[in-house]
Amino acid sequence: MIDIPFILNFLWMCAKAAGLLGFVSISVMFLIWLERKVSAHIQSRLGPMIVGWHGCFQTIADTIKLLLKENIVTKEADKLTFWFAPLVVFVASFLPFVAIPFGRNLIARDLNLGLLYILAVSSLGVIGIFMAGWGSGNKYSLLGGMRTAAQIISYEIPLVLSILTVVMMAGSLSMTKIIEAQKGMWFIVYQPIAFLVYFISAIAEVNRAPFDIAEAESELVAGFHTEYSGMKFAMFFLAEYTNMFVVSAIAAALFLGGWQGPFLPGAAWFLLKVYFLIFVMMWVRWTFPRLRVDQLMHFAWKFLLPLAFLNILVTALVMVIKR
Amino acid sequence: MWNNLAAAGIFYAIAGLIVVFALLSVTLRNIFHSALALIVALLGIAAIYIYLDAEFLALVQVLIYVGAIMTLIIFGIMLTLKISDRTLKQHNQQRLLAFLIAGSMGFVLIVIFSRFRVKEVVSSKAAPALADIGRELLTKYALPFEVISVVLLAALIGAIVVSSKE
Repeated sequence: MIDIPFILNFLWMCAKAAGLLGFVSISVMFLIWLERKVSAHIQSRLGPMIVGWHGCFQTIADTIKLLLKENIVTKEADKLTFWFAPLVVFVASFLPFVAIPFGRNLIARDLNLGLLYILAVSSLGVIGIFMAGWGSGNKYSLLGGMRTAAQIISYEIPLVLSILTVVMMAGSLSMTKIIEAQKGMWFIVYQPIAFLVYFISAIAEVNRAPFDIAEAESELVAGFHTEYSGMKFAMFFLAEYTNMFVVSAIAAALFLGGWQGPFLPGAAWFLLKVYFLIFVMMWVRWTFPRLRVDQLMHFAWKFLLPLAFLNILVTALVMVIKR
Repeated sequence: MWNNLAAAGIFYAIAGLIVVFALLSVTLRNIFHSALALIVALLGIAAIYIYLDAEFLALVQVLIYVGAIMTLIIFGIMLTLKISDRTLKQHNQQRLLAFLIAGSMGFVLIVIFSRFRVKEVVSSKAAPALADIGRELLTKYALPFEVISVVLLAALIGAIVVSSKE
């Protein structure tokens, strides 16, 4: 007979996925508005003010505009690659949500290898960026795509190494277990260097200033998404802000104790921490100038990487001595 | 009965997908498209690992093969001028030889696996935990593990030597 619990389970998983997708879209809309407001106030401007209270419906208006825009495909473009690239980039940014713990039991699936899963699926995004850069048939896109890829590959190594110390201390890759291991004290207290290395690498991973040579407007027009218009461009935008949420959520779960905190419910604490970290990323973006390509690479390979290794070594030594 | 049928169906669907995209990756004219087809084939293999309850292997497959190796391959393609040009021929004249080698390899594998009998079926619940894998790697299999890292180190030094010539 056909397995009824299996079908129910399947439908329940679909519902969870739809719920997460809805959350991501609304969260991204809020983040785009926040970014514009934060940047405006840092530069002594007001930012969007017309649509809604302090322009809070501006993003909705912009989204409708993007939906109505003409879809332009250049003659030089490789059609299939060009079409699929935004999908690959967005799906790769959405997949990690399966293992992101919003609250004590508020997690789509508490995988045993949750952290490894997040790292694995988020590494797929590069492929989509390559496809966009190559498929556009435009030299600026190609250059932007290659810069992005070089940057993401370089910064992924210190990022993973800094996470490793947390895994060593928690003794597990399950997001829930890592958060529960921080009951007494957040890991940021024991691992301040790991947190800094992680956060800097994460900003580079999501291609934001000061590490945004991939889309340096003054040199490359817009990098890998130069040729994209309408909803396909919106997909890249959506993916960028989703990625910001994901890296901040990982930081909040690994270093800031996840959902743990007094008075407020767990999910509220988690979201507060995540949005605070995103705010810091915006703050950094609008205060620091862009790095040069060579500075970027030197910083990753000659400073962050040795620091991350040293941190692992010291952590391991301390753990062995304490045992 | 239905579950068995569904399980077999899923397996053959994934396997078919892998075969189709593996064939595409060697027959497509554009080398960039070949690389993309290879990515799909490798993801299919990760799906087979998940099907066999080997989650760790599946995730490592995605992380290393798709996330790292394929990224480097595509990077190489994009760095090489005109390699993905439509007019460029991607194949050499050794089809017969390649077919012979691949065919005999396939034949040997089929013979081995058709004679291979599983003596004891280990339940999927007993799939090794990550901690066990790590412990075995650093004790029982420490030597092969180290040999692999020496090979990687040699490749790394080789790459630096080759690229540092002027």
